[in-house]
Amino acid sequence: MAVSQRLESPPSSRTGRRPVKNVLYSQRLAPYFFIAPFVITLLAFWAVPLGRTFVMSTQEVLFGESAFVGMENYERLWRDRIFWQALFNSARYMVLTLLLLIPVPLVLAAIINSKLGSERVKNVFKSSMFVPALTSIVVAGIIFRLMFAETGTGLINQTIGLFGVDPVRWLRNDIGGLTALLTLAMWRYTGVNILYFLAGMQSIPKDYYEAASIDGAGRVQQFFKITLPNLGPTLVYVTTISIYGGLAMFLESFMLYAGNNSPNNQGLTVVGYLYRQGIEENDLGFASAVGVVLLVVIMAINLTYLAFTGTFKKEDSR
Amino acid sequence: MSAPMRTTTAVTATQASTQPRRPRPEVRSKHELPRGLFAAVQTGFLVLITLIVLAPLVAIFIATFQDGNQIIRNGLSLDIELGELSLDNYVMLFTDSGLYFRWFLNSVVLTAVQVAGTLLVSSFVAYGFAMYDFKGKNFWFITVLLLMTVPFEIMMLPLFVMVNDFGLADSYSVVVFPFLAASVTIFFFRQYFLGIPKELLEAGRVDGVTEFGIFFKIVLPIARPAIAAMAILNGMIIWNNFLWPLLVLRSAEKFTLPIGLNTLLTPHANNYELLIIGSLFSLLPVLVLFILFQRFFVAGMTAGALKG
Repeated sequence: MAVSQRLESPPSSRTGRRPVKNVLYSQRLAPYFFIAPFVITLLAFWAVPLGRTFVMSTQEVLFGESAFVGMENYERLWRDRIFWQALFNSARYMVLTLLLLIPVPLVLAAIINSKLGSERVKNVFKSSMFVPALTSIVVAGIIFRLMFAETGTGLINQTIGLFGVDPVRWLRNDIGGLTALLTLAMWRYTGVNILYFLAGMQSIPKDYYEAASIDGAGRVQQFFKITLPNLGPTLVYVTTISIYGGLAMFLESFMLYAGNNSPNNQGLTVVGYLYRQGIEENDLGFASAVGVVLLVVIMAINLTYLAFTGTFKKEDSR
Repeated sequence: MSAPMRTTTAVTATQASTQPRRPRPEVRSKHELPRGLFAAVQTGFLVLITLIVLAPLVAIFIATFQDGNQIIRNGLSLDIELGELSLDNYVMLFTDSGLYFRWFLNSVVLTAVQVAGTLLVSSFVAYGFAMYDFKGKNFWFITVLLLMTVPFEIMMLPLFVMVNDFGLADSYSVVVFPFLAASVTIFFFRQYFLGIPKELLEAGRVDGVTEFGIFFKIVLPIARPAIAAMAILNGMIIWNNFLWPLLVLRSAEKFTLPIGLNTLLTPHANNYELLIIGSLFSLLPVLVLFILFQRFFVAGMTAGALKG
């Protein structure tokens, strides 16, 4: 730092006849120019709109006219059965995706990472499983909507037909719809999580495994005793983004049901409800209250996560 | 001139080595032979999973040769009835597909512009965080970290209301501007810039280059691997971007591919042929990029996971 302070003066005094030149050479001012686009974005596109959401959540907004109604929107929300159903749907989806999208990719990553075949073979597996992540949710939704067709000729009904199960009208009942949603999520995100886990696994020193195998630890033991404990930060990261992703899920359902309406609202999520109230029904005050509740939940998780990773860092430095 | 040049190459080399290069295939040790069966079972399992993962894409590929009514009636499957396959959909796509290629072109232009803008603005911001000490740095950087994980769905309504208030709907600038300072991209560039030796900056200062000149002329050119990784990742995300453009874009001529395709998915659709073949074609650019630049995909995707 001392060096840079000393070096700062010669160029600016050499060329610094005009104040503009001085600004361009100032190491004290430069960082503020560099981060200005972020600060402006944050204020204009995050802080101001979010502030307005809080205000609107205490108002009744109709045709551009707004009136202060205090906590009425929140009370309405509390008594709203459909909101609780949406919250339940989101939470259920989140928990189930956690249960599926962490263990399954973890095991697959461990297998890919083990000493089977050449690097090229491993790469083929890794890449093929990642390909679904390249699809937009629109394309993925179209494919899955048509694969989960009600007739016996859709791919999914054909497959269960091989086991002697009659065709299911997937999107017409709750569990069927949930199955389709989870299958879609598995398809799109398994490859992504495999990438995360593989990156984590490759940063574990090879000596650990050599030492373990000399001690006679088998593959499975090595996985539980070495791989898993050393994946800490990766696991926390993947868990956290899966929680956000799960709670904020909307488009998967939106595409699968070809719109925001599903039988008995079985596919409705919190964000879906926000979309319905705010954008389809234009009830901005009430929708803002939904948004605030979601924001509070997400930020709580966010801060917990930051605290978590903070503790990890302390452990590392010790 | 030669001294900074040499440093430059050194930096590129160290940075390149942080991207995991594939090690040479290991020589099999004696321990492995009894595990041959175990490995075979594992490989078989992976092959099975890979086939399951690729099946939906094969199904939609088969459907591009089928009649739209047949698809609505039967859904997607892996059945191939040779008699019913035809190239009609491909002929239709290239002769009579309405606005499809307009949407395609919109997507190409919008993706190119937004990726370029995002890289420029985000790397600019990241440079400030990586190379300087200043008041409030920690506060602002923690905000970057917080925003990295906030799903856009939360911001959807407030932003939508704001856009409507200002009468800015249906314009591409509204699609692009809120996301130019992208927190994930900022974070990635910051990590990369932290690995660049400060002496390089000092050398520039001694030569009388401005602070911004140092960023544009010295640092950006050696950040090529980072730029490539972020271009690929952002390119994929922006090409597939759906929710925000869906809310903002109103007129059909301005639609991007995902929005346009979505309008074809109506219960009484009479254009399923275009929906299916258009979906497959919309995937092609990303697929080609992925096959060509796989390494950068992996580097970009996993950047966030390893920060812990």
